[in-house]
Amino acid sequence: MRHRHHNHGTGRAIAAGMLGAAAGAVVLMAARSMMRNNYPTGPEDSPRHAWRRGASSRWREGAVVGRSITVNAPREEVYSRWRDFTTFPNFMENVVSVTPLDQTRSRWVVEGPAGSTIEFETRITEDRPNELIAWESDEDAEVRNSGRVTFRDAPGGRGTEIEAVIAYDPPGGAVGRMAAKLFQKEPGIQAKRELRRFKQLMETGEIATAASGSAAPST
Amino acid sequence: MRALVWHGKHDVRVETVDDPKIVNPRDAIIKITSTAICGSDLHLYDGVIPAIRPGDILGHEFMGEVVEVGKGNSRLSKGDRVVVPFVIACGKCFFCQKQQYSACDNSNPAEKADMSEMLYGHHMAGLFGYSHLTGGYAGGQAEYVRVPYSDIGPIVVPDDLDDDEVLFLSDILPTGWMAAENCEIEEGDTVAVWGCGPVGLFAIQSALIMGAAQVIAIDHYPHRLELASRIGAKVINYKNSRVYEALMDMTGGIGPDAVIDAVGMESHGFAPDNLYDYAKQTLKLETDRPHVLRQAIYACRKGGRVSVPGVYGGFVDKFPVGAFMQKGLTLRTGQTHVQKYLSSLLDMIRERKIDTTFLISHRLSLEAGPEGYRKFAFEQNETTKVVLKPGWENANG
Repeated sequence: MRHRHHNHGTGRAIAAGMLGAAAGAVVLMAARSMMRNNYPTGPEDSPRHAWRRGASSRWREGAVVGRSITVNAPREEVYSRWRDFTTFPNFMENVVSVTPLDQTRSRWVVEGPAGSTIEFETRITEDRPNELIAWESDEDAEVRNSGRVTFRDAPGGRGTEIEAVIAYDPPGGAVGRMAAKLFQKEPGIQAKRELRRFKQLMETGEIATAASGSAAPST
Repeated sequence: MRALVWHGKHDVRVETVDDPKIVNPRDAIIKITSTAICGSDLHLYDGVIPAIRPGDILGHEFMGEVVEVGKGNSRLSKGDRVVVPFVIACGKCFFCQKQQYSACDNSNPAEKADMSEMLYGHHMAGLFGYSHLTGGYAGGQAEYVRVPYSDIGPIVVPDDLDDDEVLFLSDILPTGWMAAENCEIEEGDTVAVWGCGPVGLFAIQSALIMGAAQVIAIDHYPHRLELASRIGAKVINYKNSRVYEALMDMTGGIGPDAVIDAVGMESHGFAPDNLYDYAKQTLKLETDRPHVLRQAIYACRKGGRVSVPGVYGGFVDKFPVGAFMQKGLTLRTGQTHVQKYLSSLLDMIRERKIDTTFLISHRLSLEAGPEGYRKFAFEQNETTKVVLKPGWENANG
């Protein structure tokens, strides 16, 4: 009798426990979503790409890359060097060439998978000298992308703050593989390295490398 | 050329590798005449620094003759005799212009910088021969080396000074000097120095030049303590004495005004916390063994200064943050801003204010490099500093 009761009790306890756990999880989820909804956002000055997931529903994770860097040079100089797109291959690892077609349009050749190349055209959508350059790829580009680079005076005469925000189609299928190659696994890392190399060129006139045996800098 | 190459823990070999060439406009190629093994090379030798790879050429203390100059360098000429700072610094970025050369923003290649940025929050400057965290640059324990930004770093030295007198401008002399400078020494101060290796010995000399009333040196190798004593320090052998009690008694119960940890991540000793750290480091739960740092903080007087020239690479636990905060201590540390100190220290060498040769115990050929490492690692009492001479056929001296 005691034995049977004990078994019965155990089964009931497990059932109750599972139910309790499930209910607990539901309550917890509800509470978390309530907390998120009710969380006081308050003032926030950080750039949007630095926000936690959920803080902005308009920007899907992985589709937007934003990075800032300070270059020890005047804003006019930094802007005009950046405005010359033909120099991009010097500091952008996967960019083979950028050829201006007219005042606003450029033709890009970038490295694709297995030694192939991908070409697309971009046009400048906004260009405010010494302040901002924004571009957008053609509608039919294989990897649709758009970006915005802003230039601000760094405080205390420390040069120029560059902020680059690049948005591209979320990867999927063959295009996704190319995009992954184009922006590497971590798109943020690629953007960061490119900004670092741009800064090195601007500040030191060369790109740092540990290579010692070859005539060309290895990047 | 011949070069000393890292292959693994306690495994370095002298091998034939490709000669370096000019890569960037501001480069120079130096033919090395003297190159030393540093205490921090022993951390690589012992395999406790991450991101060193088999095939890496070691060595960050070196000097020699300029044999080739890039077209963007108008400062150096062929034939110049130069000492090269171990810190690679561009001279143009915000940090270099503040003379914080070891924080240079540009010398660590963009693709290598991610590693230290992830580990430390910011990427480190490039260093010669010191793992891929600091750029993966080939080191100077070799016949030749490529020196980037050679219009900024290397200092031309006059022919009337021997290699042995000026070689240590590359690292340990400015490192010892900056360690003492970080103590912000005031009149009447007592400075305690843990570790009587080359950096500790130069820190002792520097602290005395800066006006310390007494410098107390702590180690357990009798020969190293003898050297410390010879240059004017009082000494404590931690195998004979309890360090905290000794320091309190030697400072009238106040404690040292400033303390220097010239040991870093591989401190010896048999205190319980050190055995605990050794076990954790062996199990890779902790990367650094900070026994000295804990003891230094514990002994430092209230409101005193803690200076850490000793190298740390990763994480420690049991950091005595309570003692640190409650006593209101100041901690200053960092890789040395070598370029900042070169010309004033060269002047002091010329004026014989500072003795740079007394600590050299061995002069060997480059081919005998692996033997030099072994001696420096395992015969630390007798081996205070090993200098390799790539021009020499055989070991002597």
